[in-house]
Amino acid sequence: MDYAVNGQTIGADEEGYITDMSTWSKELAGTIAVEEKIDMNDDHWEVVNFLRDYYEEYQIAPAVRVLTKAVKKSLGPDKGNSKYLYELFPYGPAKQACKIAGLPKPTGCV
Amino acid sequence: MDDFTLPELKAEAEIPKINEGAMSHSQPYVAAPDHQEALGFPGELVDDWHDKAIAKMGEILDSQRALKVYMDACVKCGACTDKCHYFLGTGDPKNMPVARQDLMRKIYRRYFTWTGKWFPWLVGAKDLTREVLDEWYTYFHQCSQCRRCSVYCPYGIDTAEFSMAAREIMDHIGMGQKYCNEIIGKVHDIGNNLGLNPKALRATLEDLEEDLLDDTGVEVRLPLDEKGADILLITPSADFFAEPHVDGLLGYAKVFHQAGVSWTLSSKASEAANFAMFIGSHDQMGKIAERIRDAAMELGVKRIIVGECGHAWRVAYNFWDTLVGPFDFLDPNYPIPQHICEFTYDLIQKGELNLDKSANDHMTLTFHDSCNVSRASRMGDMPGGQFIIPREVIKACCNNFVDMADDTIHENTFCCGGGGGLLTDDLLELRAKGASPRMGAYEQVVKDHGVTHMAAICAICKTQFSKVMPMYGFGMTDIISVHELVSNAIILDGQETDDDAEEIEQETAEQSVEDQKSEVEGAGDE
Repeated sequence: MDYAVNGQTIGADEEGYITDMSTWSKELAGTIAVEEKIDMNDDHWEVVNFLRDYYEEYQIAPAVRVLTKAVKKSLGPDKGNSKYLYELFPYGPAKQACKIAGLPKPTGCV
Repeated sequence: MDDFTLPELKAEAEIPKINEGAMSHSQPYVAAPDHQEALGFPGELVDDWHDKAIAKMGEILDSQRALKVYMDACVKCGACTDKCHYFLGTGDPKNMPVARQDLMRKIYRRYFTWTGKWFPWLVGAKDLTREVLDEWYTYFHQCSQCRRCSVYCPYGIDTAEFSMAAREIMDHIGMGQKYCNEIIGKVHDIGNNLGLNPKALRATLEDLEEDLLDDTGVEVRLPLDEKGADILLITPSADFFAEPHVDGLLGYAKVFHQAGVSWTLSSKASEAANFAMFIGSHDQMGKIAERIRDAAMELGVKRIIVGECGHAWRVAYNFWDTLVGPFDFLDPNYPIPQHICEFTYDLIQKGELNLDKSANDHMTLTFHDSCNVSRASRMGDMPGGQFIIPREVIKACCNNFVDMADDTIHENTFCCGGGGGLLTDDLLELRAKGASPRMGAYEQVVKDHGVTHMAAICAICKTQFSKVMPMYGFGMTDIISVHELVSNAIILDGQETDDDAEEIEQETAEQSVEDQKSEVEGAGDE
């Protein structure tokens, strides 16, 4: 399930996670979001940017608890909860937001 | 989102109308070559897959006598036909346990019995064709190996053994399942299903320690790789990552803290799960179990405790000793291994935990028995301990507890719908439909007794329910960890409670009145 961005083809696996993280761009994130039926606003970007920063440091997506705390800090206490994150990313903040952020899918019993 | 219609919930599971081929389209993604090869399996379907498959099947039949007996013992009585949650949820007759078994039994008869070799048409023996192989891939990935059917079978035939053997055969001819095999590779590479490396694990635990301090005012620790600790805790990596799992982990930490024991997690064995059981690979199961034994020896612990994970408990309880034992370096005065519920229950029995049940008064609980705990292992030293102990822990922590219907709990429990290596998005339709018998029983206690939450002791169950409960009109957060209840109720020594806060407020208020009084009196003195 590849993506087309600016005339380029970006490789992705069966579930839509890109296979080469270095091919990620903001335009690609926008394209993936459209596929996921998500209209990206500033709050979505806040989450995506946090995920990418965290990944850069730890080579894995943050735990949901860590993510909600970070969102609380930057967007305020009314948004720092998993309910709000599910409003932003209905299929689950971990999986759907990771897909848009170009990170590997969290695997296991999650 | 996948497009499918959910079955209507019924208080009592009704036999659905037969719907031939209803789930014939449901297959999980096939493992990529690198995921296969990392486990020593061929990267893709080999040319001589037919001969290899039969040879592998022969090996398994020789080494696992139970499977051989199950092949021959079925008398087609039909007792199992309406016991599988996937049949009840989909109506696909191939999800009747006997039909699932027959997918392999017909091949067994053709290649391994005299009558099937010479008179296949007389005994329902069939050649292993590509069509049959595809059917195996489809329907042996619609069995969560929950073993409910085996409880009702007069011969005790266990369909899980068929689906494990089938997956083992398919792995060996290059047709493995992506979800399980990718995860097993991560356990070997990084130490857990999630791919949580030691640096990230440490940072996550430190973050959670801050939360515990904020919440309780007590320094409750989540130690990692601490040599010389008495207890090694092995828990599913979902406990570090997902909701509601993480609240269970905080509960374990509080219990250990209050018990005053020294304990540690391990970055080498940062996973209790052992998905090799799901793919029927004893070889892989041994390798995954081995690293837990190694970690325990390296850390020099005296005890191993297993967190809330259903199949991990089965592997630990039933397979560790045979696969990688003996565990004679551990303290024989404690169960080897010990379940976290046993540990907490023991403290409750001794009256060593201060539990405020009212902390959970906003909920009315029921308990979902997880398959592998209920039907494949035990807890404690009494018969049925695996049913009694988690419930006693819950009841010690809350005032409102109600069980679901008898034929859906204890050894009759319904699978959550996501067990046995099926907890993957590509099987969401199967998972959602397979959850319907459990959801029907749950709906009944919600209606009749005002139940608000379901507690469980399995990471798979928790994730599955948080996904499918909203589909049936319940809340995503209506599923919780048993140790979340403990965490809510426990009052640690030195902990600031709401009552304390009120008292302090009151004292401060009284003090300021006193101060004002003395100021006034002082003023009068002048």
